[in-house]
Amino acid sequence: MSFLKRFARNRGALIGLAILIVVILFAIIAPQLYPQSPWRTVARPFLAPFVMDRFPLGTDTLGRDIASGLAHGARVSLTIGLVSTLVALLIGVPLGAIAGYAGGIIDDALMRFTEFFQTIPSFALAIVLVAILQPKLGSIVLAIGVVSWPPVARLVRGEVLSLKTREYVQAAITIGQPTARIIWSQVLPNTIAPIIVMGSLMIGSAILLESSLSFLGLGDPNLMSWGYMVGAGRTRLLDAWWISFFPGVAIFLTVLALNLAGEGLNDAMNPRLARESE
Amino acid sequence: MNLAQFLAGRLAKGIVVLFAIAVLNFFLIRAAPGDPAQVLAGEAGAADEQLLIQLRERFGLDQPLLTQLWVYLKGYLTFDLGFSYRQQQSVLSLILDRLPATLLLTGAAFIVSLGLGTLMGALAARRAGRWQDSVITTLALVFYATPLFWVALMSQIVFSLKLGLVPNVGYESIGANYTGLARALDIASHLVLPALTLGLFFTALYARMMRASMLEVAGADFVKTARAKGLAPGLVSRRHVARNAILPVVTLAGLQAGQLVGGAVLTETVFAWPGIGRLMFDALVQRDYSVLLGVFFISSAMVVGFNILTDLVYRLADPRIEAVS
Repeated sequence: MSFLKRFARNRGALIGLAILIVVILFAIIAPQLYPQSPWRTVARPFLAPFVMDRFPLGTDTLGRDIASGLAHGARVSLTIGLVSTLVALLIGVPLGAIAGYAGGIIDDALMRFTEFFQTIPSFALAIVLVAILQPKLGSIVLAIGVVSWPPVARLVRGEVLSLKTREYVQAAITIGQPTARIIWSQVLPNTIAPIIVMGSLMIGSAILLESSLSFLGLGDPNLMSWGYMVGAGRTRLLDAWWISFFPGVAIFLTVLALNLAGEGLNDAMNPRLARESE
Repeated sequence: MNLAQFLAGRLAKGIVVLFAIAVLNFFLIRAAPGDPAQVLAGEAGAADEQLLIQLRERFGLDQPLLTQLWVYLKGYLTFDLGFSYRQQQSVLSLILDRLPATLLLTGAAFIVSLGLGTLMGALAARRAGRWQDSVITTLALVFYATPLFWVALMSQIVFSLKLGLVPNVGYESIGANYTGLARALDIASHLVLPALTLGLFFTALYARMMRASMLEVAGADFVKTARAKGLAPGLVSRRHVARNAILPVVTLAGLQAGQLVGGAVLTETVFAWPGIGRLMFDALVQRDYSVLLGVFFISSAMVVGFNILTDLVYRLADPRIEAVS
């Protein structure tokens, strides 16, 4: 069965993909849909949702359009989720590959290092990093990357450990290929599938992490983000629930979609490991 | 390896981790914008000159970097995590004041999520492929994707502000002066929402792990034997499958306890729970870096302690570990 067919057989994955496409489209056309800055006051504050057609989701404590905030926030969430996952892969993949391939003391040292980062409470570390380096796009991406790479390193190390005993790798060693080239062209290409699956699942956690940080006030002050919107509505929960409600739903749907699609990807890429009950 | 050796080994490892975090904290102070003395004073640009001179003196900030590091680490060795000039109190005493509340919250969330998660996972595995399984797996997926702070806010609206089932915020009723059992019940009613919302994500995680682990064990030879000799299916799945399936879940749960401590920052902020997470949030707002780094250090120490504890429980629960390690 082809990859696409296997992916399409998983109904959850299709639903996830559909939601994801909608969110991505929403993010892409945000500047056309809402050309004004999402920070601008456009109507009276605390306008309830579904009352005025121009502001279907209502306005927040300062009279900002919530729908516009959601659209612009989608760009921020998706970008940060994607870029910080790439940062985590950039740290985790080389470390895992070197540890797995080199073995011995190097492996021991690198794995201790990884273990150390896994022991530290990751959210607390992310808070400290962003607070110290000041809340900016760069520091947020860096912090999320720094706390998310250890599982990547462990995964890649495990894969490399089992791949390096394969005959074609042994053959490459025998004909005298340089180690860096063996890792790059013989070993790593065969670890791509699990890395892609893990990466797709990591984008969801990165989005959750980013929204949690901006909820605490550690978002980039120039970027409208979903977590910030939830936090901004916190003080008026009882009389203006919608201010916090809609951005939270947006986060939930996006993360759910990413998880569903990621699991579908997993089943499609590792057909042997696919759950037997389905 | 006997228990004492095992404990000594784990403690040594934990101390190395804490040492590394102290070093990390030292460099983080220097990574913050501005002069380290101002960072330590916690009021970027606003601290008076007298205090800055005093701080430079005390931390040897005009000395070479290594000397500064030594002075800083010596502080940690004597349990001196710095001083909060904002709150006019030592960081350690600030944290110790708040620690019991956090331990109560994270402990409750851990027990609830582990209990509920393994129960849900076991049920889903026993009914794999049927509607019960679908309901539980869907629930787990939903919990897994829900932002913690948002579900905390929403449960606050629904269960306390609208339905009035449980108190809204805080640790206990202020001014009620309950004692004994009445006080415990009062605190427990305040604890329900924070503990449940904090544990939600982990409930999902443990349910998924337990389900997978049960399905894996269910194929093992000893399970086939138990079935072949005619044991009732319920008995097999309780005594043979579940008992073996729960071990890896407990190990992973212990490893992930650290995330629980981090998540407490969000829950405590939403529910005004007077723990170290709330302290961290306040320090964040006030840019009180000494407190921030102190909380970071202590929560890491909590994780180290928690990991040792679960390892210990695991060894007691499964004697085979001793033979292997």
